[in-house]
Amino acid sequence: MSSSTQSTTHHTSTIGAIGAPSRRNTELAMLVFAVAIPMFAYANVGLAINNTVPPGLLAYGVGLGLLAGVGHLVVRKFAPYADPLLLPLATLLNGLGLVVIWRLDQSKLLQSIDQAGSAAPRQLLYTAMGIALFVVVLIFLKDHRVLQRYTYISMVGALILLLLPLVPGLGANIYGAKIWISVAGFSIQPGEFAKIVLAIFFAGYLMVKRDALALASRRFMGLYLPRGRDLGPILVVWGISIVILVFETDLGTSLLFFGMFVIMLYVATERTSWIVFGLLMSAVGAVGVASFEPHIQTRVQAWLDPMREFNLSRSGVHDGVMHSEQLQQALWAFGSGGTLGTGLGQGHSDLIRFAANSDFILATFGEELGLAGLMAILLVYALIVERGVRTALAARDPFGKLLAIGLSGAFALQVFVVAGGVMGLIPLTGMTMPFLAYGGSSVIANWALIGILLRISDTARRPAPSPAPNPDAEMTQVVRP
Amino acid sequence: MNKPLRRIAIFCGFLVLALLVRDNWLQYVKADSLKNDEHNRRVTIDRYSTPRGDILVGGDPITGSTETKSNGLNDLKYKRTYKDGPMWAPVTGYASQAFDASQLEKIDDKILTGNDDRLFFRNTLDMVTGKPKQGGNVVTTLNPAAQKAAFDGLKGRGKGAVVALEPSTGKILALASYPSYDPSSFAGNTNADADAWNKLQKQNDPNDPMLNRALRQTYPPGSTFKVVTAAAALENGLYTSAEQHTKSPLPWTMPGTNTELKNEGNLPCENATMREALRVSCNTVFGKIGADLGNDKMLEEAEKFGFNKEQFTPVRSNASVFSKDMNKSQTAMSSIGQFNTAATPLQMAMVVSAIANDGKLMKPYMVDKLQSPNLDTLEQTDPEEMSRPLSEKNAQILQSMMETVVKDGTGKNAQMGNGVTVGGKTGTAQHGVNNAGKPYAWFISYAKMSDGSSPVAVAAVVEDENANRGDISGGGLAAPIAKSVMQAVVNSRQ
Repeated sequence: MSSSTQSTTHHTSTIGAIGAPSRRNTELAMLVFAVAIPMFAYANVGLAINNTVPPGLLAYGVGLGLLAGVGHLVVRKFAPYADPLLLPLATLLNGLGLVVIWRLDQSKLLQSIDQAGSAAPRQLLYTAMGIALFVVVLIFLKDHRVLQRYTYISMVGALILLLLPLVPGLGANIYGAKIWISVAGFSIQPGEFAKIVLAIFFAGYLMVKRDALALASRRFMGLYLPRGRDLGPILVVWGISIVILVFETDLGTSLLFFGMFVIMLYVATERTSWIVFGLLMSAVGAVGVASFEPHIQTRVQAWLDPMREFNLSRSGVHDGVMHSEQLQQALWAFGSGGTLGTGLGQGHSDLIRFAANSDFILATFGEELGLAGLMAILLVYALIVERGVRTALAARDPFGKLLAIGLSGAFALQVFVVAGGVMGLIPLTGMTMPFLAYGGSSVIANWALIGILLRISDTARRPAPSPAPNPDAEMTQVVRP
Repeated sequence: MNKPLRRIAIFCGFLVLALLVRDNWLQYVKADSLKNDEHNRRVTIDRYSTPRGDILVGGDPITGSTETKSNGLNDLKYKRTYKDGPMWAPVTGYASQAFDASQLEKIDDKILTGNDDRLFFRNTLDMVTGKPKQGGNVVTTLNPAAQKAAFDGLKGRGKGAVVALEPSTGKILALASYPSYDPSSFAGNTNADADAWNKLQKQNDPNDPMLNRALRQTYPPGSTFKVVTAAAALENGLYTSAEQHTKSPLPWTMPGTNTELKNEGNLPCENATMREALRVSCNTVFGKIGADLGNDKMLEEAEKFGFNKEQFTPVRSNASVFSKDMNKSQTAMSSIGQFNTAATPLQMAMVVSAIANDGKLMKPYMVDKLQSPNLDTLEQTDPEEMSRPLSEKNAQILQSMMETVVKDGTGKNAQMGNGVTVGGKTGTAQHGVNNAGKPYAWFISYAKMSDGSSPVAVAAVVEDENANRGDISGGGLAAPIAKSVMQAVVNSRQ
């Protein structure tokens, strides 16, 4: 009897320093797959289009492997307890995106309208820049709580980023949406970066104000209604979203920011009423703006009847707004892919023409990899979001929780808005599929996003430092009967 | 804070679920309709990605495929070619890279491209063994000699159409329309193809060469319709033999009017027998039969022959017309092929074929079978009885009357000799306001061999704008064409 008691006491005597395993080797094994699968896909495209294994296969494999390897080593050194899946998942998507961008580069049709041709090497460069930013985040951001100090600077920064496209001479109107700026020949989408900066501001602000927002409320019809003065922040964010919608005519970005704020507000205050308010306000905002903004009306009409839009575009109607056959072409691409797809390199998604390798890249995946492949891609996105939410759950500080859920919630909303738009589930908006789509801002910003999530998860899963040897240890034994 | 986090996780799960459901809807439920949407460019790309299968006549292809000259952006690899395009266009239709496809090329597109479901197993096998996809063939019932006779005959006469059927089966042996077009001329998608296409459109060419007159144009049938009226008289027991005197007065005033129905010339029509009335083509006798039988009985008989209904051969033909709810005088006019009565050449060929086949009307068809690329038969068309417009006995009475027409009546030009008996009927149909337009010359006939079998029934119509009004009579213009078509069929039998 006494012996068994002793063994129990042995286990419970101190809080062990053994902790969670770091899982870095799991990450490395997964990374091997994340590099091998795109390489296989690359060879596949080359064989389908040119009947040869593409000459750049080895270089591509080495390049992607090197980038992933650097990412892995930095994580191993600077965030050893970080989530093991996020890096491989992002690498897989980024690698597959590169392959499909290269595949669309081969299309003579896209080359002839200057929509593709040399996009893949550029995207590889952007990827390298993205990984570099990822490395910088992990090395210099030792603790995500540091970001809390920059709450209000972040606010100012986010506002500047969001409003940059409206600055005359800097902003560029591309296909009706004004969400780009052009600097030294490069088009940059500041919104992609604003997403992260804004999440930092929201997290810092809400962490401070959550008690006031949550507790000072009146109950009305089963809902906790906030006090009038507490409504201030949500009204301000709503106002900014509307401004973006009206002046940059981009429903997606506007929806993304407002949605992110509502999610974080709900998590911070645990008040369902905020969700109800949020939904009501976004509905009012969207319908209100759509009632006078022709660009958004066209998008909604195209969503309701893509075939009509196709015919309008084909017949060359000039009624002040640009009609586009893209959505109908994308739907045909998805349908023609069917269950198993045509095989990489064997579809005709270049018929989408404009933005075939950026906003509409999912259609190529749908046509060439079929329902099966596209569902797998969507599930990879779902996994990234799941790891992000898990990080938020595991985080021990409210700021980390809020930042993690803000970033992963925004990521999920972005995937939904883009994929839903391209598949005709909701009206189309001008955003890009994270990691897959061609575009520097998107790739770089999303790598930074993954970096921050890894930092939070490292902090969350890091075992507490082992306590100093306590001379009184024997005295404080827990003894079980 | 963890409770709302879990709820947000569920919310994100729903977002992904919505995407997955939508994806299944697009790529599984709606996949086929999106894939085969006619505006989906992939349909055209696929149609021309491999050499198309062929349309065969008498064992030989009348179509072909040639590789498109590559100009970099062209995504269509092959284009259609045609042998004797203008002659066969009413049968094949066209398959154009720029202007879609029509008729057999369209209807049997899946067989010709090799995408038919029945070729699925074979295609899968080919995919595994690395062989390119091949298209199947469409084997037609047409007779090349008869088609050539018909086309050449029309070419010498101006506008018109000829349809020849095999009475015992309904096989279409000849289907010619003139003027015609060469589908090769716009098979590609270059500017030259577009110019050729535009030139052929009705607004640019008053002769409307792309109109398939054999199936899609209805003409007033004129006196050829009198055989339908005679069939109605026999079937309804108004007269029981060809020799029975009809007690028709001359002149005959149409009931309910003060208008006399005129004959073409001074014909012996008073109290004529049906045989005599058909031989000289009496308007008075057949007009009176129509009036005596009434609208309903005439309509019933005409519909048994296929009037008022589109035919699918499988290429669609327009419905021929015999009106409802007419009064007695209108019925009388309709019964001699005037007033609203209008018939496609196919319809009149069906009428004469039913008579020649002892009263049984066989459904006309032009596709004998569909073949897989390795020449296995995928689908065989079996002859099918469509209706029985008249009894065997009455059919034989009508045959003997029509044979009299050719032997010593208006249809002497169609006599063939060599033991082949010909029965026929001429028609000269008036049209236009106050009959100002040039009349159409009709001839319908069948050939009967010495063993009693009847290998061919023909309907020929000629719209000759340059001929004198007096010259246009079915016997003069249309009968020689019908005769050469019958001769071609009889020759190819021996």
